[in-house]
Amino acid sequence: MASRSSGSLTLPRRPGRERSRPATGDLADGAPVVSISGLRRSFGNRVVLDGLDLEIRRGEFVALIGRSGSGKSTLLRGLAGLDPGLEGDMDLHGTVSMAFQGARLLPWKRVLDNVRLGLRRPDPDDVARAALAEVGLQEHHDAWPMTLSGGEAQRVSLARALVREPDLMLLDEPFGALDALTRMSMHRLVTGLWNRHRPAVLLVTHDVDEALTLADRVLVLANGRIAHQATVSLERPREREHPDLISLRNRLLVELGVDTKGTS
Amino acid sequence: MSTTNPRSPALGAVSVGASRARERAPDGTGVRRRRLSGWQRLISPVALLAVWQLVSVAGLVSARKLPPPTQVVSTAATLITTNSAAYGTLQHALLASLERMLLGFALGATVALVLALVSGLSQAGEEAVDPLMQMVRTLPLFGLVPVFIVWFGIGQLPKLLLIALGAAIPLYLNTFAGIRGVDGKLAELGQVLGLSRRELIRHVVLPGALPEMLVGLRQSLGVAWLSLVVAEQLNTNSGLGFMIDQATQFLQNDVIFVVLLVYTILGLLTDWLVRRVERRALAWRRGLLAA
Repeated sequence: MASRSSGSLTLPRRPGRERSRPATGDLADGAPVVSISGLRRSFGNRVVLDGLDLEIRRGEFVALIGRSGSGKSTLLRGLAGLDPGLEGDMDLHGTVSMAFQGARLLPWKRVLDNVRLGLRRPDPDDVARAALAEVGLQEHHDAWPMTLSGGEAQRVSLARALVREPDLMLLDEPFGALDALTRMSMHRLVTGLWNRHRPAVLLVTHDVDEALTLADRVLVLANGRIAHQATVSLERPREREHPDLISLRNRLLVELGVDTKGTS
Repeated sequence: MSTTNPRSPALGAVSVGASRARERAPDGTGVRRRRLSGWQRLISPVALLAVWQLVSVAGLVSARKLPPPTQVVSTAATLITTNSAAYGTLQHALLASLERMLLGFALGATVALVLALVSGLSQAGEEAVDPLMQMVRTLPLFGLVPVFIVWFGIGQLPKLLLIALGAAIPLYLNTFAGIRGVDGKLAELGQVLGLSRRELIRHVVLPGALPEMLVGLRQSLGVAWLSLVVAEQLNTNSGLGFMIDQATQFLQNDVIFVVLLVYTILGLLTDWLVRRVERRALAWRRGLLAA
């Protein structure tokens, strides 16, 4: 059951379980992974998503920015199948996995058991070890999560998302709580993982620079829709101070309603 | 009866864990911190015994009222070695009591865990079970003794039920609170990972509730011992409580003291046992608490 066709929408309650394809690859690079139209979500009188349209293709790295309360997390949770209150059309093709802002490791399970939790395949240990190796933590497979640093915990959480071989990887501000140096190395790590596995990535962040460093496409969420899009075609790794990025950043900040003239 | 505030047991659990946590430094280098619970903890009990002995030997209090520790020990030896008509042997009484305790506790604990799962895991279950348990919680446990005698007679059954009821309440309350206290974000994670309900309970809910469950276990063992003492003084013809009963009639305070001593040791032993269980089951948070 790799795809879900439109209609008045019912979201998958348990995405990973229902779409249990053995491996990635039957979705080609560029095949649509997410197609959303007219997505609506309101909490009481407050309309958070108001007719949002969005398409994401496999292999695309998309960043979603927006002021706080703009509905970024609501959209992401919807895509993860965590929000039964969404209305509209949403097609998801392939497996979805998610990394959260807090790493959300189960403290009572050792690192390897956290990564392999819920895997339904004959060799969960092997693939979990391989995923840990990819994030550089193979030696920590036996550690308790509480003994890890914030960056390490977040890498475990990336390994856990990765091991499910997702076609769509949802990253909900995964680097928000990390210090600047750790964040930079996490950026390199995520870029590398994305390059190797080519899932579609949707990264929610409040950090415009982070979005510009990582993404092919930066979306600005405002008034319940994608209010603005910017394509970033610079080669990676990107120079923060590249003139193209600076002008993009200023434009995005204006879109976000930040007054750039007063500060620079 | 325990009037458990759902939060306070958690604090209790942390302090218990902390006292277990000192042997290893957080980085696992094995650096030992100063042990605070070694022989120093024995100073005050030993001093108390010494004062007790002196007071008795000096004749300040009659040995009938307060037999000196040496006499308690020699009485204990006699009770172990001779099968007297009045008391039987101490070990026989101990076995009878242990059996009662284990049966009653097992019954109460099983019922408590099942009910806590039912009410912890579903709204309907909570609505069905929790009000009843909250009502039972406020009943004075030992006030039920006469009712139990009318209902169940004076045999083994009312005693077991009293112990079971005493043990069930704290275990239920803490386990229920523990299940409800499991971080919703982790449950959400389970959903994203595609866990079935069964797996969610096994990997997320139960381990998350375990610390409070263990606090409940300790409380309920305490209440169970207490209930045993009370239950055994109701028309028994075996067990530790029976010995106390007999000794009261024969005005043999030294025997009463022996039995009290045995109760104390049993209480300490169970506490030690639960601590060991805690230490193994909650190993995952030792690192944090030692820091």
